[in-house]
Amino acid sequence: MYDFNYHKPGSIDEAIQLFTGAEDGVYLAGGHTLLPSMKQRLASPTDVIDLAGIGGLSGIEDVDAVLEIGALTAHDEVATSSVVQSEIPALAELASLIGDAQVRNRGTIGGSVSNSDPAADYPAGVLGLGAEIVTNKRSIAADDFFTAMFETALEEGELLTKIKFPKPEAAAYVKFPNPASRYATVGVFIARTGSGVRVAITGAAPSVFRSTDMEAALNGEFSVEALEGITLDAGEMNSDLHATAEYRAHLCTVMAKRAVRKLL
Amino acid sequence: MSISVQLNVNGKSVTLDCPSNTTLVDLLRERLELTGTHVGCDTTQCGACTVHLNGRAVKSCTILAAQCEGAEVTTIEGLGDTDNLHPMQEAFRECHGLQCGFCTPGMIMSAVDLVHREPAINEQVIREGLEGNICRCTGYHNIVLAVESAAKKMRN
Ligand SMILES: Cc1cc2nc3c(=O)[nH]c(=O)nc-3n(C[C@H](O)[C@H](O)[C@H](O)COP(=O)(O)OP(=O)(O)OC[C@H]3O[C@@H](n4cnc5c(N)ncnc54)[C@H](O)[C@@H]3O)c2cc1C
Ligand code: FES
Ligand code: FES
Repeated sequence: MYDFNYHKPGSIDEAIQLFTGAEDGVYLAGGHTLLPSMKQRLASPTDVIDLAGIGGLSGIEDVDAVLEIGALTAHDEVATSSVVQSEIPALAELASLIGDAQVRNRGTIGGSVSNSDPAADYPAGVLGLGAEIVTNKRSIAADDFFTAMFETALEEGELLTKIKFPKPEAAAYVKFPNPASRYATVGVFIARTGSGVRVAITGAAPSVFRSTDMEAALNGEFSVEALEGITLDAGEMNSDLHATAEYRAHLCTVMAKRAVRKLL
Repeated sequence: MSISVQLNVNGKSVTLDCPSNTTLVDLLRERLELTGTHVGCDTTQCGACTVHLNGRAVKSCTILAAQCEGAEVTTIEGLGDTDNLHPMQEAFRECHGLQCGFCTPGMIMSAVDLVHREPAINEQVIREGLEGNICRCTGYHNIVLAVESAAKKMRN
């Protein structure tokens, strides 16, 4: 890891200013993606801006039909929160499946969603529930947020402050974890909402996506059989030493069926 | 860039200057000579570097010393000593929960946090709770037995 200037601003405005003034600035949340990539010298920022000193960026609030989760909230806090467990249990379960105990004690929801790793779990929950991503200057719908592999709608220096999750009627998350890292080889989040079924798939393709075929089938009839015969295009899938594109496409339907079964 | 960090390690207040890219494990091992905390992978995988940061198990190779300003850190040296072993250390000895011992400090720090926060300890909870700690020797069986046995003593 190369040397850098370390900053710990006390407010969002100060953080933005530091970012703007830096030659190559980066925000630091839990550091469990950023620091490993700095050690590998995949990232070599001149300025690291630690968000931990900014008040109000962490915590979970139950606001009528929505759960608001602050950007700096650790995975373990979401996994063990009684509010999340009762209002959106699938989201608490998703958080409990991330990495391992030590990673869940440090990694944050804001870091995970900003980073948009193709194999990360949270993007499936954010897109599956149709959440809103709130930043220092605007609110972005999940459908417009995840744009490409490791790419999001966040602009340079834009700071994610919280995520608003509308409470679904019911939801389930099922993943096929990579046995070493626990990242999703394929993870499927299914939510039944007032405006229909949403199916979000992570791990399979360069970025999390919704399967409109599965959604249409499940809106017709919410059953495991409804997914029978739906095959996603392997041409759109990732392929690596852990799973070929064909295998990932196959896993999408298998995981989706398991998620539906949990909801019956 | 050089920074100044003040933190509390095993009950003692420490203030020192270090380069901003110093990790917590480097601060512990190289500056404070607390070499009980090990570095197995330096890539956040193995858990050999696990310590408690404000009471929770974390991988100290993936935390900057700068992020620990004002924090309470406990390492394996702060848990117990040769004459006065922590029940978890005693149980690892008794149940033969180690062979080469390289993973053991991290295993024990994770296991203590696990027992503190999980109301019901059983084999499955232990195996899942220690997923972030890799052991290349024991096959985990005696580690699970040690944690089960220590949990009973820690609860009494
Ligand atoms: C061993 C291991 C296993 C893991 N397994 C899983 C897994 O199974 N599933 C999974 O989903 N993830 C997994 N992860 C990743 C983990 O969840 C990370 O913690 C997470 O992806 C990043 O969160 P962070 O808080 O650590 O972010 P950081 O590493 O601090 O930041 C990541 C990126 O996001 C940016 N950023 C952070 N916060 C903000 C913000 N508020 N606004 C704008 N930009 C921001 C940073 O600048 C940086 O570019 C694993 C990590 C490790 C080390
Ligand atoms: S040395 Fe920190 S996880 Fe392996
Ligand atoms: S005892 Fe040797 S690695 Fe665990």
